[in-house]
Amino acid sequence: MNELAEAIPWLGSRNPKAARHVVLALMMIAPLIAVLCGNTWVRILDFALLYVMLALGLNLVVGFAGLLDLGYIAFYAVGAYTWAFLASPHFGLHLPFWLVLPLGAGFAACAGIILGFPVLRLRGDYLAIVTLGFGEIVRIFMNNLNYPINVTNGPQGINMLDSLSLFGWDISRHIPITENFKINSLVLFYYVFLLFVVGSVIVIRRLQISRIGRGWAAIRDDELAAKAIGINTRNMKLLAFSLGATFGGVAGGLFGSFQGFVSPESFSLMESIAILTMVVFGGMGNLGGVIIGAVALSLLPEILRSVALPVQQQLFGHVILDPEVLRMLLLSLAMIFMMLLRPAGLMPAHSRYSRPELVIAGKEKA
Amino acid sequence: MSITLLEAQSISKRFGGLQALTDVSLTIRKGEVYGLIGPNGAGKTTFFNVLTGAYTPNGGEFIFAGSELPTGTPHAVVERGIARTFQNIRLFREMTALENVMAGHHLRSDSSLWGILVQNRHTREEERLITERAYEMLRYVGIERHATTLSRNLSYGDQRRLEIARALATEPQLLALDEPAAGMNATETAQLRELISTIRADGVTVLLIEHDVKLVMGLCDRVAVLNFGKKIAEDVPSVVQKNPEVIEAYLGSSHHAH
Repeated sequence: MNELAEAIPWLGSRNPKAARHVVLALMMIAPLIAVLCGNTWVRILDFALLYVMLALGLNLVVGFAGLLDLGYIAFYAVGAYTWAFLASPHFGLHLPFWLVLPLGAGFAACAGIILGFPVLRLRGDYLAIVTLGFGEIVRIFMNNLNYPINVTNGPQGINMLDSLSLFGWDISRHIPITENFKINSLVLFYYVFLLFVVGSVIVIRRLQISRIGRGWAAIRDDELAAKAIGINTRNMKLLAFSLGATFGGVAGGLFGSFQGFVSPESFSLMESIAILTMVVFGGMGNLGGVIIGAVALSLLPEILRSVALPVQQQLFGHVILDPEVLRMLLLSLAMIFMMLLRPAGLMPAHSRYSRPELVIAGKEKA
Repeated sequence: MSITLLEAQSISKRFGGLQALTDVSLTIRKGEVYGLIGPNGAGKTTFFNVLTGAYTPNGGEFIFAGSELPTGTPHAVVERGIARTFQNIRLFREMTALENVMAGHHLRSDSSLWGILVQNRHTREEERLITERAYEMLRYVGIERHATTLSRNLSYGDQRRLEIARALATEPQLLALDEPAAGMNATETAQLRELISTIRADGVTVLLIEHDVKLVMGLCDRVAVLNFGKKIAEDVPSVVQKNPEVIEAYLGSSHHAH
């Protein structure tokens, strides 16, 4: 939150408090503005929040513990499919969300540990390749587990997933207030997602400045030295993988309930790479940076899409560049410009204890 | 002074065809500064790595404070009370000096995952205590003014001190220093010597691997000399200095001089 506020140019450094209010206000009214531009834009905002959650979870693994994970989308898939299995006509189960969501998170955490064990000794490139393989294995499983027993319904995916119902309200339905005024379900989803994102930020923030967070940072900086000060690197790495995966699992469950449909193609390698790009682009290890990276890189392609398609239609009479291609083009351009201009990301991570005000507080105590 | 803290019993370590350590046995007494010296490649650092769990020995065992020391698991060794520093300094470079020491408290703190998530009283109290102790430790080694400097930006001598502070944060009974004076100038070495004396005075036993013979001879209560992976002498410095085998190891035998 503070980091987000500081990121606002000019105001952030001069009046942090005002900047914080601006961020808060933006977060609250964003969907209302988007509604004016059409429901598509609210949907895009909702997805942006899901991406923020994914990026936050991945940042825990990559940014904090320094473990390069290219298969992160697998945990998103686990969460989404858990929702699909337990809350859809597919198996005829309709469990409530407060049961399904934690279960999805739990399964994702288990998947994180399953991935973590074989890769404990790997670092850098090798780790990336194995995690990439893991992500693909999960996707291919989802794609092919429709025979001999139909578990995942294969490439067709599972549809008619139950929506999120809070306190008896199915939030996928518009809530009528008066005849002409209804609360848009997409806007409702936005606020629910926002709640989850804020919760994630609080949890991750607390982890970061705890003994666990320091343990991860130690492993990231120098694994041998971390061992030499008594950090059980095996347990800490597994913890990072499973906690990171938990956020993916929750985001996946929310995705399932939001979309009402899951299929393996939502969980391709490109998605893993897109999330990693958001983390790296925003600034690995810096929560504010990661959030900005995720928002920017999920909104920009959509804006570009809405601009580029009509322009192409106008100029050439047909669409030359597919929106999906445009998105990848944008992601890669973002990475190239980042490497040239801000190699540590938009907002590089900085040590909490390098700020003077904290030091003075600590000195008085000591 | 005569209580045995660490007993190495015929430790052997082989790397493929190279016998790095052959039946090295030595005893470190509680409260002393014990020096381990020897020419380059004598096996000092290997011994160190076997002791601190970085390597598994091919033979022999360590008895530490009355019971056998686990091998091959560094974090378990630290937990038993042996902390180490590295010959080529290994700090957490992206962390401040303070955080490095705070990370050193990891082992001796026990906030649970749940406690951290709900920020219960125990966690908050422990976090405050860790910060406080880390400051104290920085003051102890004399780099408190650099608390908020990133460790990679510290001067060489201060990095060495920080590494010692981080090791001390694990509350060891035995502090193992791998060539702490390497690359230091005369002033820094003198300050280091003072620091090691203070550490000993505060009840921590010190195992010192060192190249600087003058430092070892002036500081250590007892010294062991390794040569080609074998212990060739173990005694008080003044006796070791006159040992012909030691002189031969360091200066070459008269036989070679012909």
